[in-house]
Amino acid sequence: MINASLKQLSQALAARQISSVELSTLFLDRIERLNPTLNAFVTVDREKSLLMARAADARIAAGTAGPLTGIPIAQKDIFCAEGWTTTCGSKMLANFVSPYDATVIHKMHAEAGLVSLGKTNMDEFAMGSSNETSFFGPVRNPWDSSRVPGGSSGGSAAAVAARLAPAATGTDTGGSIRQPAALCNLTGLKPTYGVVSRYGMIAFASSLDQAGPMAASAEDCALLLNTMVGFDERDSTSLDRPVEDYTAGLDKPLNGLRIGLPKEFFGEGCDAEVMAAVRAAIAEYEKLGATTVEVSLPNSHLSVPAYYVIAPAEASSNLSRFDGARYGYRAPDYANLEQMYEKTRAQGFGAEVKRRIMIGAYVLSHGYYDAYYLQAQRIRRLIADDFVAAFKQCDVIMGPTSPSTAFKLGEKAADPVQMYLSDIYTIAVNLAGLPGMSVPCGFVGGLPVGLQLIGNYFAEGQLLNVAHRYQQATDWHQRRAVIA
Amino acid sequence: MNQWEVVIGIETHAQLATVSKIFSGASTAFGAAPNTQACAVDLALPGVLPVLNKKAVECAIRFGLAIGAEVAPKSVFARKNYFYPDLPKGYQISQMDLPVVVGGNITLQVGQGDKAYEKVVRLTRAHLEEDAGKSLHEDFQGKSGIDLNRAGTPLLEIVSEPDMRSSDEAVAYAKSLHALVQWIGICDGNMQEGSFRCDANVSVRPKGQAEFGTRREIKNLNSFRFLKEAIDFEVQWQINEIEEGRRIVQATVLFDPDTGETRMMRSKEDAHDYRYFPDPDLLPLVISSEWMARVQGELPELPGQMRERFVSELGLSAYDASALTASQEIAGFFQATVAGAGKANAKPCANWVMVDLAARLNKEGKDIADSPVSATQLAGLILRIADNTISNNIAKKVFEALWNGEGASADEVIDKQGLKQITDSGAIASLVDEVLAANPANVAEFKAGKEKAFNALVGQVMKAAKGKANPQQVNDLLKQKLAG
Amino acid sequence: MSLTLEQVKRIAHLARIEISDDEALTTQGHLNGIFQLIEQMQAVDTRGVEPMAHAQDVSQRLREDTVTEGDRRSAYQAVAPDVEAGLYLVPKVIE
Ligand SMILES: [Mg+2]
Ligand SMILES: [Zn+2]
Repeated sequence: MINASLKQLSQALAARQISSVELSTLFLDRIERLNPTLNAFVTVDREKSLLMARAADARIAAGTAGPLTGIPIAQKDIFCAEGWTTTCGSKMLANFVSPYDATVIHKMHAEAGLVSLGKTNMDEFAMGSSNETSFFGPVRNPWDSSRVPGGSSGGSAAAVAARLAPAATGTDTGGSIRQPAALCNLTGLKPTYGVVSRYGMIAFASSLDQAGPMAASAEDCALLLNTMVGFDERDSTSLDRPVEDYTAGLDKPLNGLRIGLPKEFFGEGCDAEVMAAVRAAIAEYEKLGATTVEVSLPNSHLSVPAYYVIAPAEASSNLSRFDGARYGYRAPDYANLEQMYEKTRAQGFGAEVKRRIMIGAYVLSHGYYDAYYLQAQRIRRLIADDFVAAFKQCDVIMGPTSPSTAFKLGEKAADPVQMYLSDIYTIAVNLAGLPGMSVPCGFVGGLPVGLQLIGNYFAEGQLLNVAHRYQQATDWHQRRAVIA
Repeated sequence: MNQWEVVIGIETHAQLATVSKIFSGASTAFGAAPNTQACAVDLALPGVLPVLNKKAVECAIRFGLAIGAEVAPKSVFARKNYFYPDLPKGYQISQMDLPVVVGGNITLQVGQGDKAYEKVVRLTRAHLEEDAGKSLHEDFQGKSGIDLNRAGTPLLEIVSEPDMRSSDEAVAYAKSLHALVQWIGICDGNMQEGSFRCDANVSVRPKGQAEFGTRREIKNLNSFRFLKEAIDFEVQWQINEIEEGRRIVQATVLFDPDTGETRMMRSKEDAHDYRYFPDPDLLPLVISSEWMARVQGELPELPGQMRERFVSELGLSAYDASALTASQEIAGFFQATVAGAGKANAKPCANWVMVDLAARLNKEGKDIADSPVSATQLAGLILRIADNTISNNIAKKVFEALWNGEGASADEVIDKQGLKQITDSGAIASLVDEVLAANPANVAEFKAGKEKAFNALVGQVMKAAKGKANPQQVNDLLKQKLAG
Repeated sequence: MSLTLEQVKRIAHLARIEISDDEALTTQGHLNGIFQLIEQMQAVDTRGVEPMAHAQDVSQRLREDTVTEGDRRSAYQAVAPDVEAGLYLVPKVIE
């Protein structure tokens, strides 16, 4: 059961081979045993989980269950869940018990009937690529506990990779689903911006943030995505589109699929062995009937600089609400209002968050706005236009997800620029608002490698199909980390 | 003050007449217990998002069309970033570069009588934004209490050009604007509750100088009296400063109604760096030409148009016409009165509404909407004056009777109380004869050239007729008989 | 370009983050490293390119003017650091 797919679990629950309470207990026990090593979860509440499981069992018994009712899942601690401590990986919210549900949480639990196993660790306010910026300590990679799981959805990635949960949610502002998926041998999908509601998902960079599924396979991701998407009147950027069943097209053959290979993703800057694994995966696609074409994303080298203006600018403003007045951390000692603000924010935020708030405040400040913020937005347009041009020549774009496999804990922590460059292949997708995936495609030195798939707007279904057919032909995604 | 010219521009915050907030579904009703109308969005809980209120936008369109401005087909919401306890997000959502309303103007009537003149004030812009909460400073042992009920209330900030040249013009502008926003139904105009507040930008310059002097902004004036007092004080203060050789420093000041003085709040040097940027949570606001046309069609006749019509169609003076268009209620009552009494009686209708009725309403603190005498009743009364059934003096009695509900119509009162005017010349002649016979002393005085004696004789005849004799006929007959 | 220590402190103040002299020095180093990366943008000629503020090119959706939120003060204030009589308490606000 621990290694079963969502489809298998769904069938087992429907056939009453196992109850949701039994299944949830299985995972809760495993969390209790393994989480102290991995630090993947920051909040576990057995009673709450079992209450949900019992409700799911009642729905199954009453015949009102949906396909995923009763299946346990891990939630990234960026989603507000009523009655659950919701920390966003920060001291600022270490004691914040949310009084309301995020739309994604409501859809997955109240509507679809999934059972929450708890909240997963993450980089503080989703700012990081290694999960080392969490106030609750780093998460360890199940494939090698001396290494990072990636970030910012590192807790979710480690939890699924170690089978502490069958699947999890993540969020992706610059690669935060795809990069940890790649580093932990998972399949992860960042949907088109606007497909999943952001209401209740604590904002990092509003115009880039998007939630998505992290699981063992494309099929699991499709099932999970079905429960997450949909128009939300509480989110102005949520798109009102017809509902899609993402499992419907999974088996379509790939004959004639045109794969675009951006020459900028296949040049320098990527580990040679990682690149070899990616090329091997592309060869496999050719065997499945796909053709390849070289495309160009000439401005992609500017995506990291533009991102590190736009994301901090939005974040500096989004994080102003954490001021110690209405909720969250308040510094114990201060002489006046100004000090309450300054000490609360100095003590409540970690170094990386403060760094990004300061970058953001600077690029928006008087005299610098045009040179930094507006210039970054113009470059963002150029980057998005590059994709539009590329998709005239191809159906999906492929390349590496991350330039290297999981790095050592502490290896890049002292140098923010080195850390930022680990998202070099994923960031452009967020700037353009496109859907992107990472799919397991091999190992280097015992560590997983991810293949990145980028689709055109609203091509989530196609990406899942492309990933699923590959997973039917390969077994990289089925390899499991061995945990002591 | 001869050699100085005063320059005033006014920024007004008009609270829009919506039932819910501009970006949330919380109520805007005044007077609720603290924080009971502050929802998750208003409190800026982590993860919440704004969604724009359609009615607030429609109010802005109404205003733009009413002042002949350009309603922007596309406008943008921006974040104005600063820390303050009544500002939960740490930024105010407002409009900066692309406001919803651009340009337009308002025509004012300044002064009364011979000194009355008309003036056109140009508007710069009007934009939508959210209000802040309220800080209460009493009773909390050195702390302030924050009530966020008002946070998120929709405001239209209306900015004038620096076109006003005296505090009288500033007050006339504020009054016209105040009347207009109520007229078109976008603001309740309640200044005590803060629904209409003005900031005045004041500077002085030597007469004839082209460039403006340095301005100081007087914040938050919530009565016309304070507006006048604050400007008058500020102007005198600035002139004194300059005449004593000091330089005016750009600053924001507060007016203290108790002392009648303005006092500096902050100077330009420590002004905020608001770091405005487009709100990534809100997409561009697009207003279609169809929507504008619909709103245009629903707009009532505007006070300016009505004023001109009263002058040209009804022959009223500009002063009367502007007094009668002070509000929809007054104008409506007047028009209904004219409809009943006929256009030929427009002038007496105007007098009755503005003088007699207004005085009576004022005495009882009643609104014209609650007038016990209806427009139909008043018209009936005016018709009976016009056809000589009653005199003006008797009409006052009839009006009083109608006010007290002593009859359903003027005719009924006249009938019941026997107030019909005596117009039979035979009857009047015999009364005149009696009075002349009984008052030989007055007759002698009149013949000796004392004009006053004639008035005494008229009085005696009217007294004998119990006030019901036609005064013109009494005059004429007395003159005849005395001459004879 | 590179940020001076003074600028670092000014930004920290603008963002209401207390910063010691030592921290300011470390931060200055980090920020200047990051801005070196960011400066790559300046070489690009973007004249005539429309800034892109949102991931999609759609317009703002509007909600009807109806009251949908009731009073949940006690739930919201359960997580507040300091409240009294329904008010959020903060150090005295001086205008
Ligand atoms: Mg203003
Ligand atoms: Zn304003």
